[in-house]
Amino acid sequence: MNASADSPPLIAVEDLHTYYGKSHILHGVTLHVGPGEVVGLLGRNGVGKSTTLKTIMGLVRPTEGSVRLAGQPITGLASHKVARLGIGYVPEDRRIFRLLTVMENLRTGLDREGVTDARKQELLDKVFTYFPVLAERRNQAGGTLSGGEQQMLAIARAMMLEPKIILLDEPTEGLMPRMVSQIRTIVDVLHRDNVAILLVEQNVPLTLEASDRVYIMEKGAVRHHAAARDLKVNDAVIHQYLGV
Amino acid sequence: MELTAILYAIPWDLIVIQTVNGIVTGMILALIASGLTLIFGIMDVVNFAHGELFMLGAYIGVVVLATTGNFWLALLIATLVVALLGAAIQIATLRPLLGRDPLTTILATFGVSLILQNYALWQFGPVARKIHEPFSGHFTLFHLEYPWYRLVIAGLSAAIIGGFWMFLKYGKYGIWIRATTQDRVMAQAMGIPVPLVHTAAFAIGAGMAAASGVLFGPLVGVNHTMGLDWVLKAFIVVVVGGMGNLGGSIAAAIFISLLEAYASIWVSPAQAVIVSFIVLILTLLFRPTGLFVPTPK
Repeated sequence: MNASADSPPLIAVEDLHTYYGKSHILHGVTLHVGPGEVVGLLGRNGVGKSTTLKTIMGLVRPTEGSVRLAGQPITGLASHKVARLGIGYVPEDRRIFRLLTVMENLRTGLDREGVTDARKQELLDKVFTYFPVLAERRNQAGGTLSGGEQQMLAIARAMMLEPKIILLDEPTEGLMPRMVSQIRTIVDVLHRDNVAILLVEQNVPLTLEASDRVYIMEKGAVRHHAAARDLKVNDAVIHQYLGV
Repeated sequence: MELTAILYAIPWDLIVIQTVNGIVTGMILALIASGLTLIFGIMDVVNFAHGELFMLGAYIGVVVLATTGNFWLALLIATLVVALLGAAIQIATLRPLLGRDPLTTILATFGVSLILQNYALWQFGPVARKIHEPFSGHFTLFHLEYPWYRLVIAGLSAAIIGGFWMFLKYGKYGIWIRATTQDRVMAQAMGIPVPLVHTAAFAIGAGMAAASGVLFGPLVGVNHTMGLDWVLKAFIVVVVGGMGNLGGSIAAAIFISLLEAYASIWVSPAQAVIVSFIVLILTLLFRPTGLFVPTPK
């Protein structure tokens, strides 16, 4: 972990239990993400990876357990407050605002108190450098973009919040290989900028390449935790939990 | 020869007069329906108290006008007071019900409507009050002395709707409202304070209803049941225009008002109302998503 021994991790999830109605989805998830760290969260479909992200984001309220951001408790806080504290969220199905233009989608994160016009321009210039296609289509409705472009917009939109960490839920799902490599590049760029990432993925090789550490989930709980480089040479664990 | 006879038979003067009448009524209706569709679009709440907010706006207009003698001040104060009241109603009755069965919000707004209606009856009595027009000039339209005020109402309604559209299109808070309307959950995840946006949208809708109450007061008289007819028409407009679709509601308001105005050339105005219901039924039968929304691909 990048965090020093005496400073709290950026995100500390402890013994999280979450229900959807009567279905017990998370059975005591515990994980940590350090500042600027890329952490992968792997697991088969339906093990609770997306629910973990939603619970951290405040979109689902846990029944037990805690979430802390840099030591500050944020469990059960309304998600708009969680976002303002510095957690960006890119959901699995992208959920861009389809009738808003690309620029308006970006403005939903950009128009915050205390952000000067100069800073807004800097942030826009930055994402337009990484995603030139968004600059070309800035006045186009989000719903008219291709799947890959929508994914770029979803990531760029989260970047507008100047987050300390971005929760990325299956960003490469359904994308063509060229787009996947672009998403991979942007994960590296965010890593260089010291933005932490909690990456939920089905693409195991990409997750192992991009991450510092990896948690593996099964049946609503974390079953294994290791450095990504160790998992690369020990594929028995991957095979045991993910069957690949 | 026959074509000339037909052209002579068409009452062109009445058609022009009724076009003007239809547009005037349509703009007022559009102002009421804009608030209703905004509230539905953003919160999925069918606001049965909308007509009472229109009525309350008119009554506050009556009171302020009696005190100050200034119509425009009455318009402004009624709009602001009812907007604040709308915010209080949203916080007290609708915010706790968010995410529950839609029936609960229907019952809640229906309850609020009964309370406001009976409050008005208790406070102002059953006799209709009059709001005096801010000016009483006329111009000649064929055989009619047509009041300028009617045209001013249409212009003012269009200006309020236009201002509201600009706010939605370009303003920071307008973008918040549109984002929340499209995806409430993702708007929250982007740091938009959705509960506050809901309250603000309800307040804006209430303020627009109040403004239309004051503007239309001089034409119809003010009483505690005046909201009922208008809210019924506004509901028709919102359904025909496409629930939650602002542009569609405006188009539908003008379309239905024009149809009613033309129908009343040949039948009585009370019978002409049937036209609205026919349009509503046809819309529900053949295009239930609304006449003025693009066909989903």
